[in-house]
Amino acid sequence: MNYPVAIKNVSKSYRKVKALSNISFEVNKGELFGIIGPDGAGKSTLFRILVTLLKPDEGEAFVEGYNVVNQFKEIRKIVGYMPGRFSLYQDLSVEENMNFFASIFKTTVKENYHLVKDIYSQIEPFKTRLAGKLSGGMKQKLALSCALIHSPTVLFLDEPTTGVDAVSRKEFWEMLQRLKQQGITILVSTPYMDEAGLCDRVALIQNGEIMEIDSPEGIIGNYTKNLYKVKTDKMFEIINDLRDYQYTDTAYRFGDSIHFTSKQENPDSDELLSYLQGKGHDNVQINEIKPDVEDCFMALM
Amino acid sequence: MEQRESIIEAINLTKKFGNFVANDNLNFMVGKGEIFGFLGANGAGKTTAIKILCGLSRPTSGNITVAGFDVYTEREKIKKNIGYMSQKFSLYEDLTVFENFRFYGGIYGLSKKEIRERTNYFLDKLGLMEYKDKVINELPLGWKQKLAFSLAILHKPRIVFLDEPTGGVDPITRRQFWDMIYEVANDGITVFVTTHYMDEAEYCGRVSIMVDGRIEALDTPETLKNKYEVDSMDGVFLKLARKG
Repeated sequence: MNYPVAIKNVSKSYRKVKALSNISFEVNKGELFGIIGPDGAGKSTLFRILVTLLKPDEGEAFVEGYNVVNQFKEIRKIVGYMPGRFSLYQDLSVEENMNFFASIFKTTVKENYHLVKDIYSQIEPFKTRLAGKLSGGMKQKLALSCALIHSPTVLFLDEPTTGVDAVSRKEFWEMLQRLKQQGITILVSTPYMDEAGLCDRVALIQNGEIMEIDSPEGIIGNYTKNLYKVKTDKMFEIINDLRDYQYTDTAYRFGDSIHFTSKQENPDSDELLSYLQGKGHDNVQINEIKPDVEDCFMALM
Repeated sequence: MEQRESIIEAINLTKKFGNFVANDNLNFMVGKGEIFGFLGANGAGKTTAIKILCGLSRPTSGNITVAGFDVYTEREKIKKNIGYMSQKFSLYEDLTVFENFRFYGGIYGLSKKEIRERTNYFLDKLGLMEYKDKVINELPLGWKQKLAFSLAILHKPRIVFLDEPTGGVDPITRRQFWDMIYEVANDGITVFVTTHYMDEAEYCGRVSIMVDGRIEALDTPETLKNKYEVDSMDGVFLKLARKG
């Protein structure tokens, strides 16, 4: 039972609002585990419970075998936490922030430099700059460096890529992959469904409940419907036309096409083709495709 | 392309902060009822440009008009003709739904009758009529987002600026939000939108991509994908923004 993170029947409410209801799962050692869901799903509440900033109303949670309620001091020594909101000292320099976090944990930047080198070296040229004056991407790298400087065994990253552009997001995930190779267990939350594929396993969470936990491939494998990608030359009108179609189960925009599922047991794409042509659509393309995690998430909602 | 009345015209838009050039000679025009995606990496200069177009900040140089008004001399007129919504919704959390409508309607100088009519129109359309007297902070995020959008277009602006309007919302609500965007554009309101979701870039009529203060590309998603030989806007974005 020596999971780095184990959660058993955890619930948490804020007055009338149920933030988490009966959450249970374990994270394996060295795993990159994603908690995927929109704002308000309960991701931050779960993280705050695990890093001992909040007590669960019901249930138990353990980090490296320590109970989050009565062994919080032990847990705080061994976890790294990057909260959703930038929480470094804005009026200290990059270097001062690093030294501060290292000294709190009775270590030095020099001693653990090897742990943060990959990330910190990218911002080190700006080490005398105040943290408040850094760009978004640099702040994020500094926050991650500060969360790592005391050599934690479990790293909690709460929405590290929210509001971050697509390029910086990619770079951040590349950093996480390299960290994972050092054997560190990483829990990361995100509202971006396309990031699920970069995790070993993910929990899909919505309204305080876990809808599914599996590897990204497993989640995609559990999708039971026939999914079609539909494109025509009239992409503005198509969504309404599909909504009027008698066999439409779901029709959602997905980039430059529509993802469509049918109410029919054995969907007849020829019938759909002639329906769309009847509505004045030309160059109709209908192809059966494999779903991605976002399709699966919507099917579970 | 069909000729449309232009709602935004920016010629050589430049904004400097000291020696730093935040916006470097931007040239673009946006037509009536167009959905224009304004993309770029963090720090590329999007917010600076949006502030200028909203009449909140003065450009260093360039000829820029919004809804036909000059950004140097007619900023108050611009403000009356635009709507704005960001990810940090501008709803008053401790006022009711109707009180928010009345407040914004009042600010934009609508009459009591207009406020009542417009409020009823939006609440009816959103199916939220029975929540008219609920306090905002009791409502789910997705509803707040749709209400915030309704308030941004309450005064029938010529153009609405949406700054990362869909950040953090669930995938179904995100798509419902784009249905609203299409509807508004269909009614002739120009939509100027920023997003970090590259699938949403595909929903725009045209997109511009900013890199280091300059517009590196501006065209329809289809043309850009062909030009950069990739199959998604994500691919276009990565190719361009990596250069920066």
